[in-house]
Amino acid sequence: MTPQLRYVLRLADSSLVLAQRLGEWVGHAPALEEDLGLANVSLDLLGQARLLLAHAGELEGRGRGEDQLAYLRGESEYFNLTLVEQPNGDFGQTIARQFLFDAWQLGMYEAMQQSADARLAAIAAKALKETRYHLRYSGGWLIRLGDGTEESRRRTQQALERLWPFVNELFATDDVDREAARAGIGPEPGTLESGWTQRVDEVLAQATLAPPARAHFVWYGKQGRHGEHLGYLLAEMQSLHRAHPGANW
Amino acid sequence: MSDERSDWPLYEIFIRAKSGLDHKHVGSLHATDARMAIEHARDLYTRRQEGVSIWAVRSADIVASDPADADSLFEPARDKVYRHPTFYDIPDEVKTL
Amino acid sequence: MYTQGLDSLGKDCLRDPAQDAGALERSFQARVDAEDKIEPKDWMPEAYRRTLVRQISQHAHSEIVGMLPEGNWITRAPSLLRKAILIAKVQDEGGHGAYLYSAAETLGVSRAELVDQLLEGKAKYSSIFNYPTPTWADVGAIGWLVDGAAIMNQIPLCRCSYGPYARAMVRICKEESFHQRQGYEIMLRLSRGTAAQRDMAQSALDRWWWPSLMMFGPSDAESKHGAQSMRWKIKRFSNDELRQKFVDFTVPQADFLGLKVPDPELRWDDAAQHYRFGAIDWNEFEQVLKGHGPCNRERLDARRRAHEEGRWVREAAAAWAAKQAARAAATEAA
Repeated sequence: MTPQLRYVLRLADSSLVLAQRLGEWVGHAPALEEDLGLANVSLDLLGQARLLLAHAGELEGRGRGEDQLAYLRGESEYFNLTLVEQPNGDFGQTIARQFLFDAWQLGMYEAMQQSADARLAAIAAKALKETRYHLRYSGGWLIRLGDGTEESRRRTQQALERLWPFVNELFATDDVDREAARAGIGPEPGTLESGWTQRVDEVLAQATLAPPARAHFVWYGKQGRHGEHLGYLLAEMQSLHRAHPGANW
Repeated sequence: MSDERSDWPLYEIFIRAKSGLDHKHVGSLHATDARMAIEHARDLYTRRQEGVSIWAVRSADIVASDPADADSLFEPARDKVYRHPTFYDIPDEVKTL
Repeated sequence: MYTQGLDSLGKDCLRDPAQDAGALERSFQARVDAEDKIEPKDWMPEAYRRTLVRQISQHAHSEIVGMLPEGNWITRAPSLLRKAILIAKVQDEGGHGAYLYSAAETLGVSRAELVDQLLEGKAKYSSIFNYPTPTWADVGAIGWLVDGAAIMNQIPLCRCSYGPYARAMVRICKEESFHQRQGYEIMLRLSRGTAAQRDMAQSALDRWWWPSLMMFGPSDAESKHGAQSMRWKIKRFSNDELRQKFVDFTVPQADFLGLKVPDPELRWDDAAQHYRFGAIDWNEFEQVLKGHGPCNRERLDARRRAHEEGRWVREAAAAWAAKQAARAAATEAA
């Protein structure tokens, strides 16, 4: 698997896994309007995942399309960030996860617009518009929840504490990243950190929330080494598709 | 404020379908603040590219006429037919008028 | 509250302060008969208002509860495209619920009151959503049959005498046609697919056929509100008329799929140019309506849970808005 292919799959899988998580909310959100809002973010991410997976399939050149890649890869073949596979928790945790990811994806797509891979650059340009909106949505909610009631502030601060251990991975650079960056495919994640920190700190300050301390441990979901949640997510997502090999839907 | 019997405030939403057209009333929604009202309007009323611009107005801030006043407000305009161009008889020979 | 009075300007409406309720009612009925639209601030009989609140809110609740059976398959949709379509579809149902609550609110009730009635089990919603969706084919069957029946009910409502309801229905019907088509497409793929897929499709039709026919409500002879609603032009066709039309449209669609409608008495009546169908089990309908359907409790529990677990979020947003307003006021004062 070339670094380029792996790099694209990482992006695709993060979008797909988060879209799947958000899909769990539809019909169960705190307000009817938020059902629609979360569904829209989910649909955007799913759209990004489909474009990226189709592109990955072409790069791979083995005739696998978006569905084969989405439904027939196992846990260790999924290269998403560990952050996005974390369970929804309450609305505060979902919003915090979304916000941390949106702030990362924004920097990622901004840089990727200049990708040497023209297809990837085009996908990034399209996705960037969506991501700007997602960040506006999640950031707006983070501020309301952080600076809302005592309970909402406590819950949201707890959500940040729970999710912060997965932040290191957003900027951890490995050989795949270095080679992709050298070939001009996309940025080295490490270069996104200062922009991310600035974006995040600004909103956290408005939300009167404190950024937790960085942990030592680095997760590597993006190398296929996941926590305990992804297996269940994939088992659910893939169950029907796998039960009917080769069927057309 | 935390009275669950009460909703988030109601906003009336107006959408401009495309530039050159007026904003048109499309319905209402609930939101706590202006930013949320715009986001909800976007998610609720422009899922199919129905608009290029959104106005959100707190429903409580709209001043409306009372249907009971319709007679005094609008009847007086009824007999002023001379305001309409078709009121005037101009011979066909006269062009571009 | 919601002020749409502007829309009704310029209507000819006699306003003699001395006229009694009877005269008001006669002039109201005359406007309805003339296909004029009634707008929120116009005078209307209290019973008309109550009927609308009941019908529109039941309709809104149905959309919201209706998100659940199909939402059950979002995480397991068998392809990414199907997943996207399903999310968009369930999201639309939520949107339709919002349009309808918004229309109901023009009648002087708040959404909170209506939602409370639903959560307290006092309000009705379409019984069909109390049936389970054990297989993917159920998503197809709901789109094809349930949305198909809903559209048949809803198209005449676009001409309903009450303006805000009619306008909401125009929007809903425009969006709804994709729902039925995506459902039929799912059924088409299944019925042309593997043996297991065909079985899945047939089983779904078996389970959804009769509940779909029940969606049109009791037969005309039994219908409680029918005649008055027709007079008020809230309703345009009788339950039985619409049901017959649905059967006439749907049976050939089932034939095309190669699926069998689960009614041994179903036959084409050439003289009448209609399908004749067997007797509906109204006892089952009554039972489900009374809360004894397979999923009534589950559906309401899911709605209650979402409402309860969302309470702190709604409160937080309201609290933040209040703080913002106070800050703005303080800045202004300084």
